[in-house]
Formats: sequence, C-alpha cells, structure tokens
Amino acid sequence: MLWNALLLALRELRRNVMRSFLTILGIVIGVAAVITMVTIGGGATLQVTQQVASLGSNLLMIRTGQRMGPGGGGGGVAFRLADADAIARDVGALAGVAASASQNQTAIVGNESWSTQVTGVDNQFFVVRNWSVASGRQFIDSELRAGKAVCVIGATVRAKLFGAAEPLGNNLRLQKLSCQVIGVLEAKGQSTMGSDQDDLVLLPLRTFQRRISGNQDVRLIQVSVQEGASTEKAQADIERLLRERRHIAGSKEDDFNVMDMKEITRMLTGTTQVLTALLGAVAAVSLLVGGIGIMNIMLVSVTERTREIGIRLAIGAVEREVLTQFLVEAVVLSSFGGVIGIALAIAGSWGLTVYLEVPYVLNPAIIVIAFLFSAAVGVIFGYFPARKAARLDPIEALRHE
Amino acid sequence: MGSRLRGNDSTGLTRAFLPGDCPMSESPLIALAGVTKIFGAGAASMQALRGVNLTINAGEFVAIMGPSGSGKSTCMNILGCLDTPSSGSYRFKGVDVGALERDQRARLRRHYLGFVFQGYNLLSRTSALENVELPLIYRGAPANERHARAERALAAVGLGGWADHTPSELSGGQQQRVAIARAIVTEPAVLLADEPTGNLDSARGREIMELLTTFNRDQGITIVMVTHEPDMAAYARRVVRFFDGVVASDEQRTAQALAEPA
Repeated sequence: MLWNALLLALRELRRNVMRSFLTILGIVIGVAAVITMVTIGGGATLQVTQQVASLGSNLLMIRTGQRMGPGGGGGGVAFRLADADAIARDVGALAGVAASASQNQTAIVGNESWSTQVTGVDNQFFVVRNWSVASGRQFIDSELRAGKAVCVIGATVRAKLFGAAEPLGNNLRLQKLSCQVIGVLEAKGQSTMGSDQDDLVLLPLRTFQRRISGNQDVRLIQVSVQEGASTEKAQADIERLLRERRHIAGSKEDDFNVMDMKEITRMLTGTTQVLTALLGAVAAVSLLVGGIGIMNIMLVSVTERTREIGIRLAIGAVEREVLTQFLVEAVVLSSFGGVIGIALAIAGSWGLTVYLEVPYVLNPAIIVIAFLFSAAVGVIFGYFPARKAARLDPIEALRHE
Repeated sequence: MGSRLRGNDSTGLTRAFLPGDCPMSESPLIALAGVTKIFGAGAASMQALRGVNLTINAGEFVAIMGPSGSGKSTCMNILGCLDTPSSGSYRFKGVDVGALERDQRARLRRHYLGFVFQGYNLLSRTSALENVELPLIYRGAPANERHARAERALAAVGLGGWADHTPSELSGGQQQRVAIARAIVTEPAVLLADEPTGNLDSARGREIMELLTTFNRDQGITIVMVTHEPDMAAYARRVVRFFDGVVASDEQRTAQALAEPA
C-alpha cells in the first residue's frame, strides 16, 4: 500500500511540476542554507586551527601586564634580556626562547616611506616562529653582539619600499638609523586575527635597544616547547620562575601573562562554532517556513481534489489509505526539497569555500540530519491536510465542484 | 445520528466482508425496513425518508423513479453505504449496515458495490486504464492482475483501444462507459447507478442502458438505478417509484413488456 501511495504521489507531483517546485523552494533554501553554514563554519574552524598551527602550536607568548584578552597585555615592568636567559637556562624541554621588543616606525627608502612594525630580535626568533628567510640570510653572532645596523624585512615591506628592485645590500632608514637589508622573510600572509604578518622589519635586539627604543626593555618573550613535551608544564614553570625573578609575593597577582597558542586556538574555534550555530539556527527557521509552505499547498491541494477524494472514498478507500496518500505526497515533496537542497549546498558551499579561501570540510552527518529533518517537516506539516482529506464526507465530497 | 445498534460482534462483521464469502442464501441481498432519514435538527430539520420498506434480491435490475425531492437520492446514498439511516434498518446480505463503522462501510463498498454517477466522476488527467484500476488498487490486487482485469473491463464496455486516453480526450458517452468499467471491474454484487444517462443524449443513453442490461443478464450483477427518464427505466425489470419520502409504487414488469421497451 505504501508503494502504491508512493507511485500515486509521484504521479501527482509530476502533474504539477511548477507548483511542486515552488512548494519545495522553502525547504530547498532551508536545507541548502543549513548545510552551507555548517560547511563554511567547519572550514573556518579548520583554517583557524591550521593557521595557529603554522604559527607553532607549541608556542607560548609571555608579555608584561595582566591578561586582557587575545594578544592583550603590555604595560607593567618590562622584562630584561636576563629573564629570557633565565627561562632558557632553568625551564626544561624548550626548543627555543626568543626575546623581542617592538615599536611602530616609518621606514624610508629613497622617496618611498612605509609605516611598519620594527622588532628587535635574535636568531631564536626564526626558531620559535618556525619562520625562515626566503632570500639573503639570518643575523650572524657578531652583528647581534655588536648591535650592527642590519635588518631582515618582511615580504610586505619589501614590496612597498623596494618594489621590483633588489633589496639585499641596500639601505633602509629608520629615524636616524640607516641599516642594510641582509635578508627577506618568507611570506606568511594574514594572521588569524587579520593582521598582515609580513609587515615588519627585524633588527638585532641590541641595535633596536640602542638606536630605536633607547632602553633595555624586552616586551615579549616567545618560547617554543619541544615536540611532545607538555606546554602546560612549561607554562607553569615559566610562571613560577618569573614570579620569583619579579619578586611577586604568594597571593599577589602576576604582573605578566603567559599565553598558550592552544588556548587561543580554542578561543577562536569556540567563536566560529558559536557563529556557525547561530547562522545554522537562522537557516533552521527558514526550514520551518518551508514546512508551512508545504502545509499551505497541501491544504489547497486537498480542497482542489475534494471530488477525487470523494471518488476514492466511494470506491472503498478507508480513512487510513487517504491519509497515507496525502501524507506520503507531503513527505515526497519535502524529501525532494531536501535532496535538491543538499545538492545545492554541496555545490554552493564548495564555491563559497573557494571564494573565501577556506578549506572545504563536508560533514556527512549534517547531510543525513538535514535530509531526515526535511522528511520530518513533510510528516509534521502534511499530517493536518492529510487528516482533513481523510475525514471528508464522501457524499459532500462527490457533490463538490 | 440515531442508528440503532444491535450488538453485532465485530469479528463476525469483519468476516462477512472478506472477499469471496458466499452470500447467506436465506436473506435477501438488500432489505430496507422502516428506514427514515432526517437532515438537520430541530425546526430546521428536513425528513428526506419517512419509513421506506424495500427488498431487492440478487440478480434484479431495479429502476428507482420519482420527482426531485422525493428521497430517491437519499435512498441511493443509504443503499450505497455512503450514509446511514436515522432509524429503521438496512440489511445488506443480512448485515446491519447502520451498525457499521465508517471504515467498515468503506470495506463493504470496496468488496460488494460498484458506483456509476451522473457526472461520471472519473479522475481527471488520469488514463482510462488507471481509472478502471483504481478499485483494484484498494483491493490490493497485484499490478499485472490489475492491468489484465482493467483491460478486460474496458474491452467489455467497448473501449478496448482507449486505455491510454484521459477523460478530457473522451466523449461523455465514452467517459460513462469508463465509469461502468470501473464499477464492474471488481465484479460487485450490486451496481448502483445514479442517473447514469442524465448527461447524455438519448442514443448514447440507450447504449449505456444496453451495457447495463448485458452485465445484469450475463454476469448476474444486481443493478439499482435512479432515473427520471421513463425510456431508460423501461430497461429495468422492476420500477420503484418514490414520492414524498416513501415508496409510492413498486411494479414488476412482465417478460412481454421487457421484450418491447416502451
């Protein structure tokens, strides 16, 4: 009987192709929207995770001042180079410790000028940030010790100041300091937070302290933990060491903060997941609206086909059979909508991920859920019209014009 | 509605509706006793039937006549188990129809009754074959059997080559023949025809009547037909006249009269 009802339903829908299509449009859009949102959201989450991993997922960032959200901090008593040395000496299982200090400065080459971030570092910076020089070289020890006027520039600075010209060996001016470009960093692109990672000029830390900042401050210590070692333990060890060195008594709060990149990953993925859930909820509302559309058309259909229902009842159809017929019709309609929506979503979200440069992660579970949901919409919103059809009085129905 | 229940055990009733069950020989096919039908309630109520007594035996061809409003259509609806009496009893093969549930009456129609309506009542945009197959679908017949029986029924009404045509592609007479094929495809005990020739010219009407006569004579299908055309009633062997909600006259036609229809 169910098979018959299915054939009947298909025949009925074929008769009204245009109307059937318009009826299921709501479901199509709803299903497509839900799946697309979830797919894009999943891709964005993966991208964040990947970007943070490229930064080095074993990275700890130590800043002065109390935690003020992602990338926050600053203020408070600065670190000294000795603090970084102490961390390198006393905390185990570290792959590298890089002390740095930064300032925004205008870099000038000939007639071109560009405002950028100038950072004083040593070669440990390349280790902890997992960053290499694309052309030229890193600093050599004598340059670091003597505070020579040499620099390594990011890809953006190179493009802005040198254009097509060769930067290596040429000079770049920062305030009164003229320094020679000895290397160009590999391009890294945008960071997770949306800033351009390649917009920077690296100087030896000593050069930076003497010629740019004029003090001995170190504002950021980046530590990379050895592969397989616990970042939590390293973080705890560093916190203990720094509290001691900065004479912070037992109950007082830290005046510095150690941020685990893993934590940032969690925070960012948490944000994208909340956004995904929100957009998904909006899309689910459109599924509901689609369901109401189906109910509306099924009610119209029952009224239009009153005579047909009368004939069926007179011939000997029982209530259940008429109910099944209309219910199956509604479910077939909504499931069709679901299938078309899924197809659209697979294609559409692929296109969107390409456009947004986000990885394409199709979640099979959401497809199954969306399909089942669309079928359920048919059952729920088809039931009322179907019951109305089944309860018609055959005599009245046959008289209906 | 005040249908009188007689305390029939439902399993017995259900068994009585199984297809192929043999009719109880001692009870007539159709027996109406003191049947009344009242529509509405209170001052606005209208009494359509005022105590109808009518017995029809298997194999009869009965014409029901009477002016409009005389209660013949109401009576047909009750005979067709589409409606139930307000009081009195309707026994079909000895079973009290008034005591049946809606779905039980639907099953009774499915297995024992065929309907032909004045307005044909075919499913539009559905081929003649599919229209004829419809009752077999509800009987749960397998597809190949359905096709074969529907094609035979169409051939029997002279529409062998028209199986794929939809009602809009057929003339009125052809449509009514499809409707007759649909009614007889299940080999019902009774065929109920409500003014089957009402929408047709007299030549087409006579063709329909000859078909009905053939099925009555050759297959022994009992036919009850409402009409107000004496020409058509003349094909029946018995004419029952309704007036004001009661049976006013009930006459058997002799074999001689049948030989030369009026």
